[in-house]
Amino acid sequence: MKTTHFLSAAALTAATGFAASGAQADELTLCWAAWDPANALIELSKDFEAESGHSMSFEFVPWPNFADRMLNELNSGGKLCDLMIGDSQWIGLGAEAGHYVKLNDFFEAEGISMDDFIPATVTGYSEWPKGTPNYWALPAFGDVVGWTYRKDWFEMPEHQAEFKETYGRDLKAPETLAELKDIAEFFQDREIDGKTVYGAAIYTERGSEGITMGVTNALYNYGFQYGNPENPYELEGFVNSPEAAEGLEYYKALYDCCTPPGSSDWYMSANIDAYKSGQVALQMNFAFIWPGVNADPNVGGDKSGYFPNPKGPGGHFAQLGGQGISVVSYSDSQDAALEYIKWFAQPEIQSKWWELGGYSALKAVVEDPGFATSQPYAQTFLDSMAIVKDFWAEPAYASLLLAMQDHVHSYVIAGEGTAQEALDALVEDWTEVFEDEGKI
Amino acid sequence: MSETVMDRAASATPTKVARRIKGLSDRTIAWIFVAPTVFLLLAVNIFPLIWTIRLSFTNFRANRPNGEVEWIGLRNYQRILTDSDVWLTMQATAHFLFWTIFFQVILGFALAWLINRKFKGNDLWTTIIVFPMMLSPAVVGNFWTFLYQPQIGLFNYVVAFFTGADPASFSMIGEVALAPWAIVIVDTWMWTPFVMLICLAGLRSIPDTIYEAAECDRASKWRQFWTITVPMVLPFLMLAVLFRGIENFKMFDLVVQLTGGGPGNTTTLTSIDLKREAFEKWRTGFSSAYAIILFVTVFGLASIYVKALNKVKER
Repeated sequence: MKTTHFLSAAALTAATGFAASGAQADELTLCWAAWDPANALIELSKDFEAESGHSMSFEFVPWPNFADRMLNELNSGGKLCDLMIGDSQWIGLGAEAGHYVKLNDFFEAEGISMDDFIPATVTGYSEWPKGTPNYWALPAFGDVVGWTYRKDWFEMPEHQAEFKETYGRDLKAPETLAELKDIAEFFQDREIDGKTVYGAAIYTERGSEGITMGVTNALYNYGFQYGNPENPYELEGFVNSPEAAEGLEYYKALYDCCTPPGSSDWYMSANIDAYKSGQVALQMNFAFIWPGVNADPNVGGDKSGYFPNPKGPGGHFAQLGGQGISVVSYSDSQDAALEYIKWFAQPEIQSKWWELGGYSALKAVVEDPGFATSQPYAQTFLDSMAIVKDFWAEPAYASLLLAMQDHVHSYVIAGEGTAQEALDALVEDWTEVFEDEGKI
Repeated sequence: MSETVMDRAASATPTKVARRIKGLSDRTIAWIFVAPTVFLLLAVNIFPLIWTIRLSFTNFRANRPNGEVEWIGLRNYQRILTDSDVWLTMQATAHFLFWTIFFQVILGFALAWLINRKFKGNDLWTTIIVFPMMLSPAVVGNFWTFLYQPQIGLFNYVVAFFTGADPASFSMIGEVALAPWAIVIVDTWMWTPFVMLICLAGLRSIPDTIYEAAECDRASKWRQFWTITVPMVLPFLMLAVLFRGIENFKMFDLVVQLTGGGPGNTTTLTSIDLKREAFEKWRTGFSSAYAIILFVTVFGLASIYVKALNKVKER
């Protein structure tokens, strides 16, 4: 009897011990860019900490240094990050270099279906190779380049009248890139409330990815393609087509005619500052800024409106932003990290994510009948997400990006050569990269 | 016979140690003491250099540790030396080096000469002048971007005040013609005090008796300046040029903060280009070759310069 009692006690102790070790609280570190949505995620993650018992810490790096810092971390096999909300273009490198854990089996086991997410975000943030059902991330933050405009300035009767007289149409959110340029020109150097204002704040930054994320919004809509759709690495005639050159000329013309003086190296935060301080009528920026604009005491509420990137003669596209959340393969807490992803994928958590200012990519949230009217920018977000196109996500994306930054900045900002020469040089550099990569 | 220091040291050596080193020559003992330093030097300087030379002949990429590494001979060197973009960065670096050193030497010497006069508030002025040098280059780069802002920047307003031009009509860091000068101005502002301090040390090392002798010979101030001051300060000045030359050849942080290498590639100095190749594109083999070329250039130029410096000192 005593022996039975002893064995029972031992078994109970062992079982309790195993259970305890199975539910052991981990310390998870989530790495992302330092921006407004990251603060919303800290708030959201408090629920996860309360539910799971794991504690969360965060490593946020400002955008200009984000890729440098985090890719170095991944390339060195660092254990700093358990979860990485990495940029969409990193997915190829993350998958091929073994930085990210493949999530297919996990998704299947937990009943997480990629069909439940906006298709563009699945392709952009999760799949590698593109167009195949191999998933390395869960879509975490849907983002896209769009435009913000000063609705109050547009609605001023004197502006309405003058614009109609000059251009023969109403002053309203533009539908084409040509209309956008007209509006930017109209506001350039205009006196409003005793202050000189300018047309548009656009992306021109040289150091990281800025000007590429901006110029593609013109290039795509004039007919630029990353390659032959039938043969992905055939660049000649697609990247440097006459239509693409026209798109590049358009972006330069927009920069030359209608941007504030000194805006030769502007990206997200510089554009936000210019807009919020009342310097510009139009602002190009990723959609993540819209909650902040809407809440701003100077330009928020009815003073601002939002519209998707306007169409051009060659199509209607917008540059995809946003990120997926991945489990870092070097993490010692992969189980807890997967637990976080499982928790994050739940519809009610995604719904709360949207409420806090995060752009959910879950269909259940964005297709909810009340979504489009839930915020003044919600419909624009939906319209924009329907036209997205992304930059290369190849493992060598950094080389491809730097080449584009170099040639585009040299033409648009420094005014060196012609648009055609810039794109021809880009084709040369990209071809060299793909040759080095053994792709061609 | 009284006990010497050597005897006392020998008697204080523990028997165990004394027995162990007995029979070792002075040279061997010296090597034992020097060995850790030599080992460290080999590990952190010489080995990486040799390794870099080796990598420069391959297509290795540090972000693909499992990728196949091919021996490609001199291809990386050939690519670099025939790449027009690399030559443009070399030109940008040469422009930056020449003009920063030129202005810093002229202004640094002039300031040192003025500060060397005896006047009230001399120490206070020295402290004020030296202040920019104490700041972090990243901070300096950041706040000069504000000073150069066409709409709100103080720099444009000062220029506008003197020239009557519209402050918003030019952008120091956004225009191809002005950006190379923008970085020269900031570096000169920051590092002229350094040259001034070295020149000041040189000026203060000149004995007053030499000037007194020149006065007795009725030498004019102008002649004293060219025949006493300049020759005696020259070795100090050359040393300052050497330091500034080496520092500015590897200039990175200040320029990245100010212009990010733009507009286009106008202010992309070699160190910025090298960093992009090595740690953004991860072309480790290529960037190793690039680094070796730069190393040989700096080392060669510095060696020639040091020889010239020694000759000046011997005079």
